[in-house]
Formats: sequence, C-alpha cells, structure tokens
Amino acid sequence: MSGSIPASSSIEPVAAAHVSPGRRAWRRFRRNKLGFRSLVVFSVLVVLSLFSEVLSNDRPLLVHFNGEFYFPMVRDYPEKVFGGDFETATDYLDPYIREKLTRNGNWSIFAPNPYGPNTLNYFATQPNPAPPSADNLLGTDERGRDLLAQLLYGFRLNVLFGMALTVIGIVMGVLAGAIQGFFGGRTDLAFQRLIEIWSSMPELYLLIIFSAVFAPSVSLLIVLLSLFGWMGLSDYVRAEFFRNRQMDYVRAARALGVGNGRIMWRHILPNSMTPVVTFLPFRMSAAILALTSLDFLGLGVPPGTPSLGELLSQGKNNIDAWWISISTFAVLVITLLLLTFMGDALRDALDPRKVDQ
Amino acid sequence: MNLIDVHDLRVSFGDKEVVHGVDFSVAPGEKLALVGESGSGKTVTALSLLGLVPNAKVSGSAMFAGAGGEQARDLLALPERELLAIRGRDIAMIFQEPMTALNPLYTVGDQVAEVLQLKEGLTAREAWGAAVEALRATGIPDPERRASAFPHQLSGGQRQRAMIAMALSGRPRLLLADEPTTALDVTLRTQILDLLGEIQQHNGMAMLLITHDLNLVRKFADRVAVMENGYLVEQGTVEAIFSNPQHAYTRKLIDSRPERDVVEEPAATEPPVMQASGLQVSYPVNLPGFAGWFKKGEFVAVKEAGFSIAPGRTLGVVGESGSGKSTLALAALGLIPHRGELDVVGSRWGPDAAGNRAIRRVVQVVFQDPFSSLSPRMTVEEIVGEGLLVHEPELPLQARRERVVQALRDVGLHEGQFPGLLQRYPHEFSGGQRQRLSIARALIVGPKLLVLDEPTSALDVTIQKQVLKLLQRLQREKNLSYLLITHDVDVIRAMAHDVMVMKDGDILEAGPVAQVLDAPREDYTRTLVAAAS
Repeated sequence: MSGSIPASSSIEPVAAAHVSPGRRAWRRFRRNKLGFRSLVVFSVLVVLSLFSEVLSNDRPLLVHFNGEFYFPMVRDYPEKVFGGDFETATDYLDPYIREKLTRNGNWSIFAPNPYGPNTLNYFATQPNPAPPSADNLLGTDERGRDLLAQLLYGFRLNVLFGMALTVIGIVMGVLAGAIQGFFGGRTDLAFQRLIEIWSSMPELYLLIIFSAVFAPSVSLLIVLLSLFGWMGLSDYVRAEFFRNRQMDYVRAARALGVGNGRIMWRHILPNSMTPVVTFLPFRMSAAILALTSLDFLGLGVPPGTPSLGELLSQGKNNIDAWWISISTFAVLVITLLLLTFMGDALRDALDPRKVDQ
Repeated sequence: MNLIDVHDLRVSFGDKEVVHGVDFSVAPGEKLALVGESGSGKTVTALSLLGLVPNAKVSGSAMFAGAGGEQARDLLALPERELLAIRGRDIAMIFQEPMTALNPLYTVGDQVAEVLQLKEGLTAREAWGAAVEALRATGIPDPERRASAFPHQLSGGQRQRAMIAMALSGRPRLLLADEPTTALDVTLRTQILDLLGEIQQHNGMAMLLITHDLNLVRKFADRVAVMENGYLVEQGTVEAIFSNPQHAYTRKLIDSRPERDVVEEPAATEPPVMQASGLQVSYPVNLPGFAGWFKKGEFVAVKEAGFSIAPGRTLGVVGESGSGKSTLALAALGLIPHRGELDVVGSRWGPDAAGNRAIRRVVQVVFQDPFSSLSPRMTVEEIVGEGLLVHEPELPLQARRERVVQALRDVGLHEGQFPGLLQRYPHEFSGGQRQRLSIARALIVGPKLLVLDEPTSALDVTIQKQVLKLLQRLQREKNLSYLLITHDVDVIRAMAHDVMVMKDGDILEAGPVAQVLDAPREDYTRTLVAAAS
C-alpha cells in the first residue's frame, strides 16, 4: 500500500508531456508570431550574407574559355589567359575582357550583383556617388564602390562581429558571475571591487589610444570591446548563482559528495541561464550598434573594410546622395528591429510568471 | 437569520472552473471552518466573496445581511465602490503570512491607524491613539513603543497580532481568517487562536476560518465545511463531522493523522551509526556599528549537543523555528563546520572533500521543500543517478539505469504509472511524488543514516501520511537510521524512537519517545505537546 501514489493529488501528470523547461520555453517562443518570424527572417538574412561571395562578386563564378574551365572566384588568373595584354590579374568588369569572354562559344557565370565590396568600376558611366541605376541597383558611394555589395558585406561583418562579441562577453560574464556568486565572501568582494575599478575606465578613450598605437583591425576591436563587455552580464549571473547555490537541490548534491565544479556546471548553471538567454538579442544589437558607432567615428575597422558605420558617415558627408544614407539606415533599422522583436519574444517565453495554457 | 448566505458560488479562471457551485452560510457570532487540502479551492472561495480574486469569473450569490435591519445585499453583484465600503468595515480579512501582508515601509501603528482613518473617519491623532489601543487589545506588550515599529522589527507572533488589530479595528461583523496560524510556531498558534476566540466572543463577530489543520478546527470552530477539488463535499457541526463523517474524503482527512508502525526494539548490539558529544555549531554575524568593520561576532546555533543513533532507530529532533534543529541537521551532513565530536560509523568529517566522500555515502538527506530540492532542469534519471556518478563512476550506463529504476521502485514510483519516467522533469510530479524522488536520490548510494529535515511539512495531510508510511517501510526493510528534524509532534510520535527537544540551541530534554512526550519534565515540552493535541 505504501508504494501507491496519491489518487487525489491535484497535479496529475499529463500523459506524454516530459519536455524539458528549455523545450517549453522554445514552444512558448514559437507561439509568439512576431518574435518567431523575426528569428526566421534574421536567420535567412544571416545565412544569405554568409554566401556574399556568391551573391555579389566582381569575378565570375565560372568561366568557359577556349574549351577550358576556369574558377576565378577561387584563383587569380592573369589577363593574358583570357587574351588580354598584361600579366596583371584580370579585371572582369573591363568591357574588352567581357567581350573576349562572350565570343566564340565562350561563356561565363557572374554573381547576381557583379561587384565586390571594394570593386572600383573604372568603366562607370556616371560620376561618383552615382544614384541607383540598372548597373548599380542601390547606386555607388563616394569612391564608386557598389552600395548593394557594401551593404551585404557590411551586414555580414557587423552581424558576425556582434555574434563574436556576444559569445565572448557571455562566456566571460558567466564565468566571472559564476565564480563570484558561487564562492561569495572574500572572492566576491575582491571581484566586485575589481569590476568597479575596471568599469570606471574610459572605454572610448582607450579605444582611441589603442587604435593610434596598434594597426586597427577587427580582431583588435573584438579584444578591446570584449574587455569591457562582460561586466553587465556578470552581475546578473552572480545574482542567479547567489540565489541558486542555497537551493535545497544544491545542498542535496553537496551531501551526495558532488564536487564544486560539477555543482556549478550541472546544477546551478542550467538554472541560471535565464538572464543570459533573455539578454542575448539585446546584447547582440548593442554590439552591432557599438561597431557601427565606432566606424562612424572612424575608430573602428581599418579603412577599406565594408562597414555600415563608414557608410553612414559617407551619407552624412554626401547629404544629397540620399541613396547612401537611406539604404544604410534601412539595413540597420531592420537588423536592430528584428533583434529587438526576438528579444521581446524570448523574454516572454522565459518569464516564469507566465503559465502554459 | 444568517449573516451571510452563499448560494451556488462558482469561480473560474479562463475556461477552467476551480470552484463548482458551493453553498454555505454563517450565522452571526458563528465560527465556520472551511477545510481542505491545497488546491481544493477554499481560499479562492473566501477571497471571491470580497471580489479579491483577480481575473476570475464569479457567479452565484452571497447575500450579506445589512447592519441594523437594512436589507441584505448580494456581495457578488455589488459594484466595486460599494464593496470597498464593506471590505475592512463589515468583512475583514487576516492572512497566513503576516510578513508579506503588512507593508514593510510603514510602521504597524500607521497601518492600523490608516484603517481607522478610512473606516471610522478619525483624525490622524485620534487614529494613532485608537491604533495603540487596538494593538493593546491583541496583547502586544508595550503597544505605545511597538506601534512605531516596522513589521520586520516584530516577531512572527507580534506581526500576526498586529494584522489582527488591523482587521478588527473596523469592528467587522465577519472575519475571514485564511490559515491565520499556519506560519507560526506551534506554541504561538494556541495563543493566537485563544486571542481570536476571545475577541470573537467579545465582539459577537462571526468567523470563516480557512485551514487544513484539523486539530485547529476541532478546538476552535462551531461548524465545519469540507472542500475537495472545488466541491463542498460535506458540512455540519464539529461534533457530528468528527464523530460521524459521511463522505469518504472527510473520513480520509480525519484519518490522516500519521500512524506509528516502526520496529520498537531493534537489536542494540551494533555500534551506533552516528554519535555526537559536545557538538557546537556557530555562524559568523555582523557586529553592529564600527566594530563590525573589523571583526565578526559569533552566533551559536547549537550548543553542546550530544546524542547517538543506533542502526534501525529514529532520533527525532523537535523544536520551533530558530531552535537550531536545522543547523544540527546540516552539521550532521558535514555541510557546515562544527566543533566537538561527531562520529559517523567510526570516521569524522574532515576539511577536504575527497576524505569526506566515504562518509557522504553513509549519511544522506531529504529536505523539506519538494519544489526547491530537485533541480528543475534535470531529468529523473539524472537526479536519481547523480549519487552513482560520484560514488561508482565506473558503473556502465546500463547498470546505472537499472539501479535508478530499482531505487525508484523502492519509493513506489515505476514506469507503469509514469510512461517514460526516467526522462521526465520534476515539474511533472506532485509534491508527494517529488518527495519520493528526493528519497530515491538519497537511497541509491545505499546510506545507513538519512537526515530528514521536515520531510513532510510542505505536504498535505493525506500525502504526509503516505510519505511517512514509505519512510517507515524503508526503515524496516533496509535497517535505516533516521535523524528526523521536525516541528510536528504528531510526526515525532509516529516515527521516532528517541526524542530531543531543542530551544534556542539548547537540548532541553532528551529520551525515549514515550517518556518525553507523555511525561515531559520541562514546561516547554508540555506546551509543545499540548499545542499539538
């Protein structure tokens, strides 16, 4: 008898419902149409931008010339190969080369947008910056580079940069927060003071100094921004660890003899991830915005790298070239809006006060 | 003529009806107890009378007699404005947890005075004086000083008294008391009940007492109404219901007092599982003022404790909150440092984790709260199998799974009732089932001693009985020893062989269960036992 289960218990388990809390949150997220669609659109955009080289490139993807196949996308060919005069790399936008590539049964496949991010079209028909036309769908910037290509590559760089910064920030923030929250006491005290000192460093000032000392590069930017980007999150994780470490399930694990590392990893961390996941899209949009602002100020990526911030600053300098500012602005707004919608949906999905219907 | 007549009361949230047509009435000056387990709808029923359930659809009628021959009005049909006038003045309410029911930012005097200003139209000065008098009437010592105290500066009993003063200051004709004593220590419960009884008689006020505690009902109420799953299954006078319950559920409730079913005299030849002498546990506390900057004070939670637990026996530790009994449990588990001697089958807790591993296998624990003692993001298999990962890491997956299934079977959980049991998450189980999971997690490493820290306090009475039965069976089958920490004398009576009574860190009295409970030497023990019967 003593082995039987109470018949009148008010919480009867539902038949086939063993889903993890994570899966339940995912289901709730999917029910939020706006957030879920934002995720789909954003993922599609990111995946497309990963294939930028195929979508927008000044080299043909494939060339069939005099009975042989060439792959200019992955290899450099001197102009002579295609009947040109020079030993230099081929400029496939040159009308002379183009003509060679289409005659005598030769053919080539170009990317849908036949410009790379840094392609200068020496054979353009209009002065730079050129308004949108059949040649350049979104026009060109002040140096004659195709705007669509710039936006595509710039979006990719910005998003990947944002992801990298977010991931590094999360790893560092979770680690720091976990150590403070779990061990508490003096460790916590020391760490907190360290964070206070560290966070009072003038971040922008350091960036300006470092960009003067070192050659500017994307990886340097990631390192510098990561050094300051983990502190906000570590406070939340610290609070979660503080709360969770005195839960009875942690005590029970201790009583079983489970080691500190395992308790942190298996017991506390999964239960402390809510703020991390909730802030993920917001952190990413903050990172994207940070890179854009630095580029706008000219402190960001090295010159020649496609970047949304640099385009914005061009738009500011050429206020009558409306296509530059408007299209860059649109890309930024859409990106940040999608991330915000996703963030809102995630926050609702992870809200413990919301019950499942 | 009844003070309140409730007819066909239904309450639903969204599409889900939680109270299915309830009828009851309270006469002036009568004490009606609404009894049921958690989820039975008793609190919702009471709150809906005052329109205090947010987002709920309420239907039916609740005719509340007017004062001084006025016509009776239907509370459920009244507009919010008129209900506002009734709340606090005609019908007042006291809640279970006075700490959260009182506003922490105002002094208790302010809070009582506010009611008087609003309901009696007194000036601020008059109201303060009346508030002090109201606090005095509830037996708070030195009410002039206490009135300017904030809720956190009062003890639990004083807070509940302040709540009562607040509720009664409008001289209500009906008092709704929602588990008014559940959050209090047992010795305080009697005092608060006596106070309520006194005031109730003095003012001729009617009371609707919402509770799960049958002892309290028997002592206090005139009539009982029993609720189960939103239905009112039975009502009648206290004598009639307790002597001759009609409904099966009422019988089950009355029958839910835990029964003693333990091996009384086990072989005492083996050495004790745990033996302590001069055991002392202290916490560092912040010293007030400037001194606290440089050194910490010390709060001694357990003083000079000595005990011994033989194999197959249960040592019950009974005491109120703050008596140091839970600290004693943590020390026995080696989770906080202690001074003095504490032997666990011949070895002692040391400072390093590796050295303690062997002892951890011997001493295991079951905690009070079934909701916080299981990690919500681990499956049953991970939770129960954890101990094997630590103590028998070489065990292959399949063998580990078999052991998990066996441990679950031992506590009465098996695949037959719960398809896919191993892959389920804790939120799919009820409180009693979760407590079984906790026990399985402890049992899987084959311990000799289980520390049970209030193992059934968070459970409904009928579930409590089942879990205690399970523990009794496991003790018989596996010759387990228990260190049972509880505030509930009934549980001690059913489970323990020996008892220690703790108060403020001291062991007041210890000995065999029959001797301590039936012939207590100390006054304090007598109060505890009297409060529980």
